[in-house]
Amino acid sequence: MSRKLLGVKHIGVLFALMFVAACASSEATNTGGSDIVPGSAADLEQNIGNRVYFALDSYSLDSAARAQLQRQAQWMQQWPSTTVRIEGNCDERGTREYNLALGDRRASAVRDYLVSQGVDGSRVETISFGKDAPTCGESTEGCWAQNRNGTTALTGGGVGS
Amino acid sequence: MAETRKSYGNLASSLAKLGAICAALMLVLTPLSVTPAKAVLQIDITNANVEPLPIAIPEFIEAGSPADGINRDLSKVILNNLERSGLFRAIDPGAYIEEIRDINSRPRFGDWRIIKSQALVTGQSTLQDDGRLRIEFRLWDVFAEEQMTGLQYYTTPDNWRRVAHLISDAIYERLTGETGYFDTRVVFVAESGPKVDRVKRLAIMDQDGANASYLTDGSHLVLTPRFSPSSQEITYLSYFNNLPRVYLFNIETGQQEIVGDFEGMTFAPRFSPDGSTIIMSLAKNSNTDIYSMDLRRRIKRRLTYDPAIDTSPSYAPDGRRITFNSDRSGGQQLYVMNVDGSNAQRISFGDGRYATPVWSPRGDLIAFTKIYRGRFYIGVMRPDGSGERLLTESFLDEGPTWSPNGRVLMFFRQTPTRRDGSGGSVKLWSVDLTGYNERVVATPTEASDPAWSPLIR
Repeated sequence: MSRKLLGVKHIGVLFALMFVAACASSEATNTGGSDIVPGSAADLEQNIGNRVYFALDSYSLDSAARAQLQRQAQWMQQWPSTTVRIEGNCDERGTREYNLALGDRRASAVRDYLVSQGVDGSRVETISFGKDAPTCGESTEGCWAQNRNGTTALTGGGVGS
Repeated sequence: MAETRKSYGNLASSLAKLGAICAALMLVLTPLSVTPAKAVLQIDITNANVEPLPIAIPEFIEAGSPADGINRDLSKVILNNLERSGLFRAIDPGAYIEEIRDINSRPRFGDWRIIKSQALVTGQSTLQDDGRLRIEFRLWDVFAEEQMTGLQYYTTPDNWRRVAHLISDAIYERLTGETGYFDTRVVFVAESGPKVDRVKRLAIMDQDGANASYLTDGSHLVLTPRFSPSSQEITYLSYFNNLPRVYLFNIETGQQEIVGDFEGMTFAPRFSPDGSTIIMSLAKNSNTDIYSMDLRRRIKRRLTYDPAIDTSPSYAPDGRRITFNSDRSGGQQLYVMNVDGSNAQRISFGDGRYATPVWSPRGDLIAFTKIYRGRFYIGVMRPDGSGERLLTESFLDEGPTWSPNGRVLMFFRQTPTRRDGSGGSVKLWSVDLTGYNERVVATPTEASDPAWSPLIR
């Protein structure tokens, strides 16, 4: 009896694993495939990562953010004619004018880190949208976390741009 | 800025029309009362629980040529203004007994006492042979049986609404002893589209929501407009060419120009009380400080040097001090400093974060946004930080602006956006300084960042 139950359980876990594997492989074919041109905006966004996230009311870069910015800096050195604009964003749970200043701090923190990793400062400009350019529209903790970010947008020099 | 001007060239002519406010000639009507006015009828507006004064305003008499029902609309606009103030209660016109037929004869006061009206306004609009409209009114104290005030105005027929606001102000002033605020406008940001792809346009309207028109076309983000105290100009933040900068916008010509040649984002602008200077934030080298710009002499001056964020500056009405928002203590708090930037003192010490301080035109209070435990509040405190009072509360209330008489605050309120995309509406609201009479302000689209004009008179 207990064996049978265990067996059913195992099948369930197996199914779950297969499902995850299927998702992962389908994602890989969508994003990492040959249709993405190296050195393009899509390459930066999907293969390198162009967005780092911040804690509530904070503009300090955590280890995950620093790791991604190191990849961004390497990518910019690999494609030396690229220029970028760092967009500083905030969630909707602050006041507009203060968030414009906070977004500037976030964008500046990203720029300063890229420069510390060897990227020429003249290739990196910054802009703050405060709470006025959210990427996620719901009033939930999950969306607010997504909207507290520094986004690296390719402005020139990319392949195919 | 030639490019900006070009892109708004089409708007300029319509704006010129909008800005060309025909001066209404005002004459005092001779009181019809024989006894000297005792002015017994008075509203004490400092009392939070004031009982609204019952008032009757029958349809204005139409004389001369017919004028598209302006006589009817005049009394409606005046009643709406007075009722929205929370200080007046309109008597149902269906209860009126006397029909006013002659502006120059005394009303049958008994007929108005029976329906418990304490104040009565009679009026007449006459379209004259020269095409001008003559609008006259008399305000009566029903119980004292006296005329309290009476005025007449000459204007072009399309300007009748402005006269309705002037009459509303005259009635409000006579009955409260305070300056009115109905002959004013509000500049705001009109919002449309989904939250992740919002279109924002500068817009302007009368304080009652009528005569709304757009000042920009929505092709780039615009935020935080504020009126000049002395001219038909607005200062605001525009993302034109992806360079967020403080701009001046001339309402009459539609022309725009950047304020100063700052390297870095300028934002959070406001005029000085004499209109000669704009104060704002500059974000540069990873830091935000407060600067002022003398508009005539084009001289900029840095006022704060703190490594923290200093923003949302607002002058005291005497122009000698500035209140602002700073996180130099570790969190967002309110500060007051001298106009040269010296002697900055923290004034907010309650729980939570404080933001967007705005000095009252009377000088006695500073309005602010407060964030505490995930809720937003509009409140007021004295310039020394004492006497904090919270007037509103919601998911998101932000950005108070004062009526020119310092009695009413307008702000915007956003509701949370649910997973299915519903909610998330942004509207303008007003609340009395007492915390009573919270009302939504009609706007043609969703709206945020309101700024009240000074009295146009």
